[in-house]
Amino acid sequence: MRLKRSTAENYLFILPAVIIFAIFYIYPFYATFNLGLRAWDGVSPVSQLVGLRNFKEVLFQDRLWWPSMWHATYITLIALTLQNALALALALACDRQIKLGNFYRLIFFIPPVLSEVVVGLVWKWIYNGDYGLLNYWLTNIGLGHLARSWLSNPQTALTCVAVIHSWKGFGWGFIILLAGLQTIPRQLYEAARVDGANSWQRFWHVTIPLMVPVFVLVSILTILGSMQAFVLILTMTGGSPALGCSVPVTRILGSMRASLRFGYACAQGIIFGLILLALSFMQIRISKKMKQA
Amino acid sequence: MNHKRNDIKYKVRRFSSGAMVNLFLLLIAISCLFPLLWMFGSSLKTQATVFSDMSIIPKVLHWGNYYRAWTEGNFGVYFLNSVLYTVSVVIGIVLVSSLAAYAFSRLQFPGKNFFFYMFLAAMMIPLPGSFVPLYVLMDKLHLRNTPHGYILCLINVGLSLSIFLLKTFFDKMPTDLEDAARIDGCSKLGIWWNVALPLAKPALAVIVIFNSLNVWNEYILALILFDDAKFMPLQVGLATFHGEFVTQYHLLMAGVTITVIPILLIYIFMQKHIVKGLTAGAIVG
Repeated sequence: MRLKRSTAENYLFILPAVIIFAIFYIYPFYATFNLGLRAWDGVSPVSQLVGLRNFKEVLFQDRLWWPSMWHATYITLIALTLQNALALALALACDRQIKLGNFYRLIFFIPPVLSEVVVGLVWKWIYNGDYGLLNYWLTNIGLGHLARSWLSNPQTALTCVAVIHSWKGFGWGFIILLAGLQTIPRQLYEAARVDGANSWQRFWHVTIPLMVPVFVLVSILTILGSMQAFVLILTMTGGSPALGCSVPVTRILGSMRASLRFGYACAQGIIFGLILLALSFMQIRISKKMKQA
Repeated sequence: MNHKRNDIKYKVRRFSSGAMVNLFLLLIAISCLFPLLWMFGSSLKTQATVFSDMSIIPKVLHWGNYYRAWTEGNFGVYFLNSVLYTVSVVIGIVLVSSLAAYAFSRLQFPGKNFFFYMFLAAMMIPLPGSFVPLYVLMDKLHLRNTPHGYILCLINVGLSLSIFLLKTFFDKMPTDLEDAARIDGCSKLGIWWNVALPLAKPALAVIVIFNSLNVWNEYILALILFDDAKFMPLQVGLATFHGEFVTQYHLLMAGVTITVIPILLIYIFMQKHIVKGLTAGAIVG
């Protein structure tokens, strides 16, 4: 009897967490799948069961869905290359100068702590076609012919957003990569130097192989983060499909708020979630294979 | 002789490559700080000069913009809302997650692993667009467009990671003091509050700062849950202001500055904890 009471008491410790989790995570999880099978405008008391029709429409009929997927992929590809290359270059530059490293770490991590709304609003203004600082500077250094309405031009808008996304995110990669570099024992570099390896060979044969797990971690984080990023693009361009600036999450938001199709929005969310899940499984498998090799 | 020349050549090369590296670091650092400087400078211009004066810091500083943004721009209300949400959510997360983490680390009960892995799984499974069912749920519970509804939603957002971080911390913590307290007749709840929590301060600092940043910067749930401007936090307030007063860039930038300053202060003073928390979070996620 005493044992039972003490067990019940132990449950009380996790009870608040479990209740909040059940209401705000598990129920919405279930509701997503339930609503995904229905047509509902979010207001009327009844919804209509339509089976898999929403899913079919997302996959085969929605003309805006796959382009939005491509836009997110484009942002992700730029983040994987530009952002991570920059992060690695900066981490390598700071690796040997610990004191400077701490100073730069303070600076480089400022963009990641700012909100996407703040970053979006400030850069949107710098990019502004009529009054923006970028065009002003371009004109002043004699490159006036390059000046344009950066964010209202379908040819440049997405790239401009992707660059700012990378600007906002490289500090993350920098910190993780720098932490990884600092775990590499210095003796390994010494040994390589004694064996006559030059700095490039030391980088290629010592640094790179030991950093592979960190590279994998950073790319998983970049892919999952960039595919789902949307507040920045919403702030800078309104997520407009006409500007080539829609991403899956802005489409979901649009289905819910503009078209009042809640069921359809949930179906889009499920399909996108499954794609993300598949991506991260792929990454984990690749990283396991690389560890074995 | 020859040897000496080579030495000089080597030194020159090393110096110039070092200079290049430092120049590169410096340029990137400037690119990180410049937008903040531009934001701040613009917030001190007037409606007339904000589009024509391209100097970084204007000659005449119009501090009155801050007063106007705070009152006419409604940023005073947004600011207090943001403070209220951040403080409430963080207190909620600290209490709820530390109770659960303590139980997962120290107490025995059937299904312990199941519940723990449930929280862990929530961090791994991506749920894009989860704001749709949350909106529906809050509407049903009549919690939409209420501060406490929003606060509860955000407590859940930070819960899993905080439980995980605290549990790992408790697992590494020696139990001697807790044992002593138990022998002295302290209850489990008493041990959690009087012994475990004070010892877990380093981990709690990470959780407090990490969640403060998250709540302060949260946008999407606030956007869909609130209809009334009197409940909106800063992030949504900024977007609303931008939508309504497209040309008032000096006041908008004053609002952005008001939003950024608390975050920068927290960041600069708590830098170490933030870096620790974010790398820990990254490794889990």
